[in-house]
Amino acid sequence: MVKPSRSEVLTEPRERTMRVSRLNAHESRMAYLFVSPAMLLFFIFALLPAVAALLLSFTNYDILNPPQWTGLVNYARILQDQVFQQTLGNILYYVVLYIPFMITLSLLVALALNRKMPGMKFFRTIYYLPVISSPVAASTVWMWLFNQNYGVINQILSLFGINGPNWLFDVNSAMVAIVIVTIWQGLGGNMIIYLAGLQGIPEYLYEAATLDGANKWQMFRYIIWPSLRTTTFFVTTTSFIGAFQLFDQAYVMTQGGPGNSTLTPVYNIYNNGFEQLQMGYASAQAFTLFVIIIIVSMINLRVNREQNLV
Amino acid sequence: MKVRWTSARIARETLFYLLLTAFGLVMFLPFEWALSTSFQPDKDIFTIPLHWFPAHFTFAHYVKAFTTVPFGRYFLNSFILAISGVATNLFFGSLAGYAFARMVFRGRQAMFRILLTSMMVPGVVTLIPTFIIIRSFPLIGGNNLFGQGGFGLLNTYWAVILPGAAGAFAVFMMRQFFMTLPTDLGEAAKIDGCGEFRIFWNIYLPLCKPALATLGVFTFQAGWNSFLWPLIVFTNGQLATVQMGLQAFSYNHNTDFGPLMAASIVVMLPLVLIFIYAQKYMTQGIAFSGTK
Repeated sequence: MVKPSRSEVLTEPRERTMRVSRLNAHESRMAYLFVSPAMLLFFIFALLPAVAALLLSFTNYDILNPPQWTGLVNYARILQDQVFQQTLGNILYYVVLYIPFMITLSLLVALALNRKMPGMKFFRTIYYLPVISSPVAASTVWMWLFNQNYGVINQILSLFGINGPNWLFDVNSAMVAIVIVTIWQGLGGNMIIYLAGLQGIPEYLYEAATLDGANKWQMFRYIIWPSLRTTTFFVTTTSFIGAFQLFDQAYVMTQGGPGNSTLTPVYNIYNNGFEQLQMGYASAQAFTLFVIIIIVSMINLRVNREQNLV
Repeated sequence: MKVRWTSARIARETLFYLLLTAFGLVMFLPFEWALSTSFQPDKDIFTIPLHWFPAHFTFAHYVKAFTTVPFGRYFLNSFILAISGVATNLFFGSLAGYAFARMVFRGRQAMFRILLTSMMVPGVVTLIPTFIIIRSFPLIGGNNLFGQGGFGLLNTYWAVILPGAAGAFAVFMMRQFFMTLPTDLGEAAKIDGCGEFRIFWNIYLPLCKPALATLGVFTFQAGWNSFLWPLIVFTNGQLATVQMGLQAFSYNHNTDFGPLMAASIVVMLPLVLIFIYAQKYMTQGIAFSGTK
């Protein structure tokens, strides 16, 4: 609901309705003007390609020849496709590991680095460095760090008497290694979104809470966490969307192996579409994944209890 | 209020910095490896025990990286693309984000929902339709009114700039930040006869500096690091980006690690500098003067 503005309260009822509707008409004209550049670009370069891909999902299309309409054949094939079903299982496992660690760590780091202490700028830069590195170059480096014999990680573990696994070539640890790399690379981004969100909390809220004798935990629970609601919704939504589309790291570090244990849906879609030139089937797979992401985002929306948000 | 340095407090703060440092070392580990690899001769790179610091120091990899690949030209290309991405996303993204957060108009919810949903469509499938749209842009690059006959926007900077000019991510992020700002500032300005654009531009936008700096860093970096899309739409080597240049050091399954690490580090430098510069604005507190 829109709060009545002050001008509505101050003027006579009849005149008010007229002025308000004129004001609203003007406001909505301006609003259309404000959103039109973004929406126009969005329409041409996001919506149109998405609709085209949806149509392709009902066809047989090898890029070289014109598409042939096949109805629901591609979707029927998905129900039989055990590899694709396995990739969905893999990505769920990945998301369950990745999201809680990611959100907790990025919020903790942001809270720590939001303190007005010396050296915070330096630590922010260090924590942000991984975000800046290109995924392909970074994954190449991590492959060496994870190497069973030469790798730094196992050498460090051996200092503590731990015999590290053959990270990227073991069914049990390959996905964990990818979780580690993607958290390493994504943490800094969410950290600075949370930092920007923390700057938006007005000083007087902290002051009021201090006057009321709130301790650190109460300050977080009743001031910071509620004030970060819109930020958390943004961070969780974009993290879920990104996590379900995991590709780069799996492509460079494990090629989906060992034994398909790190094969992700997008990887499978890429193989079917660009290696096997089955664009129709790849599109159908993509829309299946799309529906799953939407369902998860709706659940996330409920969890964040954001009424009026979407 | 003066802070009292009791011994318990000193212990707590020491622990705080120790934790930050330990975690920082983990975050820095891959860069340490990349740096030391870039400065040591090939024969020292893969040895046991590992060299944390180069035993023999050399600049050869840097020289090789910059003499085999025309990085100067690639830097210019990536710079143009990344800067355009920042300018368009900040302006169009915050304009639309503001309207979605603060203005009343028919279709607001529906439009925003479609925008948000579009982020969930896996990017791989829209590659080919987007390529076709770029190639058949009407009246450009030898195309007729119906987009036939020529190459459209292929092999122009526009092929990368336009699809990324106002991402749903930018609109969504700016909207979330505008929503946290108090409404009464704008209402007061409206009573004073301030126009919609001036309320946005002079009152709300300056309050969004932390969010704008953050989005600016993100979009610059997205442009700088983008690889697959430029690879598809630029067949003309004159337009190649820095990431395409890095690719030159991996041939099939053979990677020339020394020069690759040297070049990767130099390619990262502008992003590090931009982040350090933007930090000033990212953590700038917002003064809500005159509201409460």
